[in-house]
Amino acid sequence: MGNVLVVAEHLHGKFPKTTLVGLQAGKQAATLVGGKCLAAVLGKGIDGLAAELAEYGVDVVAVEGAAYEHYLADAYTAAVAEIVGRKDVEMVVGAATAVGKDLLPRVAARLGAGMASDVTAIVDAHTFKRPMYAGNAIATVRIDGSPRIVSVRTTAFDAAVKGGQKGTVEKLAITPDAAHAQARFVEFAETKSDRPVLTEARIVCSGGRGLKNGENFTIYLEPLCDALGAAMGASRAAVDAGFVPNDLQVGQTGKVVAPALYIAVGISGAIQHLAGMKDSKVIVAINKDEEAPIFQIADYGLVADLFKAVPELTEEVKKLKGA
Amino acid sequence: MKILVTVKRVPDPETVIKITPDGTSIVTDNVKWVMNPFDEIAIEEALRVREKAAGTEVVLLSIGQKAAQEQLRTGLAMGADRAILVLADQPLEPLAVARVIEKLVGTEKPELILLGKQAIDDDSNCVGQMLAELLGWPQATFASKVELGADQKSARVTREVDGGLETLAIPLPAVVTADLRLNEPRYASLPGIMKARKKELKEIPLADLGADVTPRTKIVKLETPPKRTGGRKVASVQELVQVLHNEAKVI
Ligand SMILES: Cc1cc2nc3c(=O)[nH]c(=O)nc-3n(C[C@H](O)[C@H](O)[C@H](O)COP(=O)(O)OP(=O)(O)OC[C@H]3O[C@@H](n4cnc5c(N)ncnc54)[C@H](O)[C@@H]3O)c2cc1C
Ligand SMILES: Nc1ncnc2c1ncn2[C@@H]1O[C@H](COP(=O)(O)O)[C@@H](O)[C@H]1O
Repeated sequence: MGNVLVVAEHLHGKFPKTTLVGLQAGKQAATLVGGKCLAAVLGKGIDGLAAELAEYGVDVVAVEGAAYEHYLADAYTAAVAEIVGRKDVEMVVGAATAVGKDLLPRVAARLGAGMASDVTAIVDAHTFKRPMYAGNAIATVRIDGSPRIVSVRTTAFDAAVKGGQKGTVEKLAITPDAAHAQARFVEFAETKSDRPVLTEARIVCSGGRGLKNGENFTIYLEPLCDALGAAMGASRAAVDAGFVPNDLQVGQTGKVVAPALYIAVGISGAIQHLAGMKDSKVIVAINKDEEAPIFQIADYGLVADLFKAVPELTEEVKKLKGA
Repeated sequence: MKILVTVKRVPDPETVIKITPDGTSIVTDNVKWVMNPFDEIAIEEALRVREKAAGTEVVLLSIGQKAAQEQLRTGLAMGADRAILVLADQPLEPLAVARVIEKLVGTEKPELILLGKQAIDDDSNCVGQMLAELLGWPQATFASKVELGADQKSARVTREVDGGLETLAIPLPAVVTADLRLNEPRYASLPGIMKARKKELKEIPLADLGADVTPRTKIVKLETPPKRTGGRKVASVQELVQVLHNEAKVI
């Protein structure tokens, strides 16, 4: 029986919620596989992170080095594959974030391993469920052999919590050879925002083409987000038109979210958009077209001009919170 | 320089996908087939490179049934120079696709391979990354901007990642996968369509390549996801706030 290895992504010295979701999926997988759950953390100056990770009750493998200061697919792949070999790993699990999507297939190719991406359920040690065709089909996929590589959808599992027997921390020195350190990090232009992160928020308000321009996102949608303490999202049409940054796109080819409350404003409800939000607990749609497909899945629909309804809604929410 | 662009034949994104009663595949009657939208973006990027760097050749590659000729012709009509179709009766998993592409890279020797970031049928988002590793090349996935170095030996690629945009510098040869904002693909012009008929479209049986396409994964079954049904319309903003507070208890 082999172990399960979770690749623990971190940003600004912290583990985002998506990492904890990957960790929880890894723990579940380890129970089914019958081995231990290990977690790998790579980077520069990661002692604190490694110690914190052990508090989640997993044994930690820490790979320290300048080569890992920024995430780079080629160097990280070589290191993860090395850990798989040294630690008797039967399954590698990671969250299907931008990093997870970039890294895990490369790891699978290096190991000649079967892979399932964007997994929504772990059925048994070899069987997984995953959506296909923009969520129009759920496939049950069996992966044979070992190791097996799995990226998990971040809305499909709970986040791991600290507790239980504290894990060990082992430092492994792995130096990527030149052939695996070809890509060079130049810069990261981060979208700065004081609002909650899209994939972590309890409430998400998304805007679509109906908002007409970027300024209207600021004038109409942002105050609503702030009144609700919500994260802001968008449809592809709104991102393509340059109203808002790309990382706000919700959908088949953007981010997948499942908050307690999702409010779609001026969004028609194309299947590609629904693929990224239809597992939200409560869905509200505000659209002036009563035939808009979004109403077919919305729990509460308001047929209205958003430029009138959204400021009113913001005021009502403020009143409620003030009371 | 030579650019290889991959093209997958997929159901039109507007198609309503239905699953066969036995749960083994999708219903293909009345399905309109198109080129994977991300692959159109990849072709467009290759054509733009060729417009700037004279002597560039753009070669298309698809793996699939004979009918994929249609999508390759579309790519040729957009302006690609020639196309290769590897004939395979059964759909291949991403690792097998990457191994087939690897074989053709061995004979074609491109300096740049452009793929879509994701095929909208399997939604795997895997082939480009797998191919890069098999070749031992650097990768830049989810590209929204590609700037080739003047010497055509390197590239700077801006990538759409969580929380913003990342820029990487990579030496060529390299693998780049296209995201939505990389460009707006052109339509094939009428003269383009005429010319495309005469361009080379070579067919190669899969078996001739000797690639290891042994499946490691198997789709055991396909199911229709539980359908989410709509609730009701509310008459006013006041009513909406009421129900969200008192009924749904989410605010
Ligand atoms: C390969 C591919 C991938 C894709 N991936 C994604 C994805 O990840 N995410 C995604 O969102 N889309 C994606 N799409 C695009 C998707 O198909 C739709 O085109 C897109 O979601 C439409 O965005 P929208 O609803 O904002 O715009 P529209 O469809 O134009 O809808 C605008 C809506 O606003 C309403 N409206 C206008 N004015 C007002 C007003 N004053 N008050 C109230 N309502 C108003 C209109 O009635 C309309 O319903 C993808 C498409 C393809 C082909
Ligand atoms: N059968 C195929 N033939 C040609 N290209 C493919 C094929 N399958 C996948 N690709 C390429 O790989 C990209 C990513 O696909 P995937 O990893 O399956 O989501 C696609 O956008 C295509 O460019």
